[in-house]
Amino acid sequence: MTQKLVIIGNGMAPGRMLEELLEKAPGLYEITIFNAEPRVNYDRIMLSPVLSGEKAYEDIIIHDDAFYAYHGITLHKGAKVTTIDRAAKTVTAENGITAPYDKLVIATGSTPVIIPVPGADLPGVLAYRDLDDVSRMLEIARNGGRAVVIGGGLLGLEAAYGLKRQGMEVSVVHLMPTIMERQLDPAAAYLLEKALADRDITILTKANTKAILGTDEVEAVVLDDGRVLPADLVVMAVGIRPSAQLAKEAGLEVNRGIVVDDGMRTSDPAIYALGECAEHRGQCYGLVAPLYESAKVLADRLSGGQGEYHGSVTSTKLKVTGVNLFSAGDFSEGEGREEIVLRDASAGIYKRIILKDNCILGAVMYGDVADGPWYFDMLKRGTDVSELRATLIHGQAFQGGGEAKDPAALVAGLPDDAEICGCNGISKGKIVAAIREKGLTTLADVRAHTKASASCGSCTGLVEQVMALTLGEAYRPAVVEPVCGCTDLGHDDVRRLIRAKGLKTIPAVMQELEWKTSCGCAKCRPALNYYLVCEYPDEYADDYQSRFINERVHANIQKDGTYSVVPRMWGGVTSSAELRAIADVVDKFAIPMVKVTGGQRIDMLGVRKEDLPDVWADLGKAGFVSGQAYAKGLRTVKTCVGSQWCRFGTQDSTGLGIRIEKFMWGSWTPAKVKLAVSGCPRNCAESTCKDIGIICVDSGYEIHFAGAAGLDIKGTEILGTVKTEDEALEHVVALAQMYREGARYLERIYKWAKRIGYDEVRAQIMDDAEKRKGYFERFVFSQKFAQVDPWSERVSGKDKHEFKPMAVIAQAAE
Amino acid sequence: MTDMNWIAIGHLSDIPRRGARCVTTPKGRIAVFRTVDDAVFAVVDRCPHKKGPLSQGIVHGHSVTCPLHNWVISLEDGTAQGADEGATPTLPLRNEDGALFISLDTLSLPADLAAE
Repeated sequence: MTQKLVIIGNGMAPGRMLEELLEKAPGLYEITIFNAEPRVNYDRIMLSPVLSGEKAYEDIIIHDDAFYAYHGITLHKGAKVTTIDRAAKTVTAENGITAPYDKLVIATGSTPVIIPVPGADLPGVLAYRDLDDVSRMLEIARNGGRAVVIGGGLLGLEAAYGLKRQGMEVSVVHLMPTIMERQLDPAAAYLLEKALADRDITILTKANTKAILGTDEVEAVVLDDGRVLPADLVVMAVGIRPSAQLAKEAGLEVNRGIVVDDGMRTSDPAIYALGECAEHRGQCYGLVAPLYESAKVLADRLSGGQGEYHGSVTSTKLKVTGVNLFSAGDFSEGEGREEIVLRDASAGIYKRIILKDNCILGAVMYGDVADGPWYFDMLKRGTDVSELRATLIHGQAFQGGGEAKDPAALVAGLPDDAEICGCNGISKGKIVAAIREKGLTTLADVRAHTKASASCGSCTGLVEQVMALTLGEAYRPAVVEPVCGCTDLGHDDVRRLIRAKGLKTIPAVMQELEWKTSCGCAKCRPALNYYLVCEYPDEYADDYQSRFINERVHANIQKDGTYSVVPRMWGGVTSSAELRAIADVVDKFAIPMVKVTGGQRIDMLGVRKEDLPDVWADLGKAGFVSGQAYAKGLRTVKTCVGSQWCRFGTQDSTGLGIRIEKFMWGSWTPAKVKLAVSGCPRNCAESTCKDIGIICVDSGYEIHFAGAAGLDIKGTEILGTVKTEDEALEHVVALAQMYREGARYLERIYKWAKRIGYDEVRAQIMDDAEKRKGYFERFVFSQKFAQVDPWSERVSGKDKHEFKPMAVIAQAAE
Repeated sequence: MTDMNWIAIGHLSDIPRRGARCVTTPKGRIAVFRTVDDAVFAVVDRCPHKKGPLSQGIVHGHSVTCPLHNWVISLEDGTAQGADEGATPTLPLRNEDGALFISLDTLSLPADLAAE
């Protein structure tokens, strides 16, 4: 007697299983299929091309009605099964149809996750799951308007691209800092974000949806941070959940999905589960390749075989035309890994291969994905790649030695109007033209004729590369000391290229400037973070993980792992109330040492990290803010008592010092900056060994700079003399900004000034009023974003994780 | 591996990428790192050089740079990189879909650790 096989669900996995089964054992079963959707089996993966208009529904049908008729299969369309009676071995659908089975396959698939925010049930809020969703989207898109896609994963981005192609204005709202974070590392995500931005799709990361607004239909999406995004259509693509309810009600073993063994069998030997609803060895799969593999095993089992499914490694491709992206395997856990990275910025290529024990564990590729299947194949086979290692990253077709990348390639990629020399506003095109027209061959000639690199000199490396490019072999650029082992570029070139190319994130810099490591090192990351903070104070999101611990927790680490805390004392002036507050804090937290610093402040040493927020809270109540004694930034403005008390004082040095400190606190600089204001040439505040110093005289203010009293001892240089306090402030601030924009990370003012020439500093700050005002204004703008007290921020909860242990294990497990 | 005592310490998402969190244990402080590619490592929070708290360092690749004197320590096996010599003990860690577990079974030096 023919056995009865019933299949619940008619998606791609059971479709494939049917094909295999009909080929292996035709006529073995009398087959009945229940499909909740009112149609035949279609290729769900191809919904994105349908949405974007690149394919039609007819193109994506896998099995048409004739297929079922030909094989004598009964297909109930639009029939949702509501009960499984395991004792009687029958299933019953909503519409009353009952069918008996000898073998049952549950392939109920998955349901999209709808995040439970207010308004999620409004008309116009859709999931992205089946053809009905796509039809509805196409209908709304016909009128143009705005779409907001919630979820920047694979599906969400494909939906966004499709809707854009249909003429809508599209924004993607994504909770995590980078899109597709499950498949892509930050570098590849950066490239993808850029490609989507080029297609006018707005990507908002770290964006949490708070509510969806609308009365009769959707009108807008509101984010946690208060932003309101108008929307005629909202697509939720935040994930899927296995549809296991039916199986659960039938009493089958269910975790996240329906639990199956290696033979795809559930806890009932007559019932199998397949597809997105199944859970195999703790894994639920949502991609087609593993589902097809398990479908094959199930077909084998149903035809009497003993096939086993052992789980799959998966690979991903994004179906956005013109975007080539490939991600495979696992780079999320384990030890003993190595990585090979290849970046080619001009071609927009990024490849990263993760190896363990000479086998490929995972691969991420962007731009050139031709070798994706080759890597994936070796990954699945566990091929030993030690023989191929040296050339592995270049792909299958690669033969012979690798090409040497050099920074000149970056300059070659710059457009003619890219600015090379910022001081004199000289573009690449101008330099090239001058070299050609005037037959220049030396750097001195180029400087003389174009003024490029003739001022601060920080673009010398780039000018030399332009020369090398124009002159070819005839010119050899000088050796530049690289920032670190992750790059061949020097600090000046990196800064200049950040500006010229408009690079705004660390992954962007590393990609475009072809970093040799995937995420830099402890030398380059803080430097890049500073350069970006300085260049884009308003746009750049400070990367705390790229800051040295002191700047991350706003205190100074000591040799025993405790911290020291130094509150700001403006100009070194304090009061009984402040001193009392400090005394109370010292007692309350049993702080072992209190010391007066060289910068006229009070240092509390030996504070436990966990206590820092409470210490700051108490200090904050007394009006203290962070003294930034830990920062590569403005530290102190030391003062003497000046004309207010001193019989020799010529000006109010204390008042000016406080004014400067209140103006400049919070600013980040390449290295620490210490100032002093002395009220007369007796110089009690020791202005002549500071980064910037002022000595008050009867006729005004003498401004000094480039002093040192640390590793090196050096008296200051005189910048010039100004008449009023306002002028003194403007000159000091402009000088600080010139230093911020021009110095290399960790280079103190005295080294920077010596390198570019004291006269150059004087020329720009004293003699060129327009330049000076420009510097001043840029500093003022940057301060709008920098003057936030980091202590009070943390007292109110920011970065809470920094100060608490992740877990406390009380008793050693036996 | 199955004989080990596994202790739940929290979730992957509790740790910032390229960052670390600490776990306080009777055998001393353990640093749990999450790298840029979401790999997770547990090591004793003590640099082999001068006992610096590695958890406070900058994380890059599968390494951390000690905040005290810039030694670079491999998170995979705890050894000092480059010309420096020494190693910090590592701990077995299990990552089950983001749920993290460590085992203290292999740590046998509580006295030494208590010196912190």
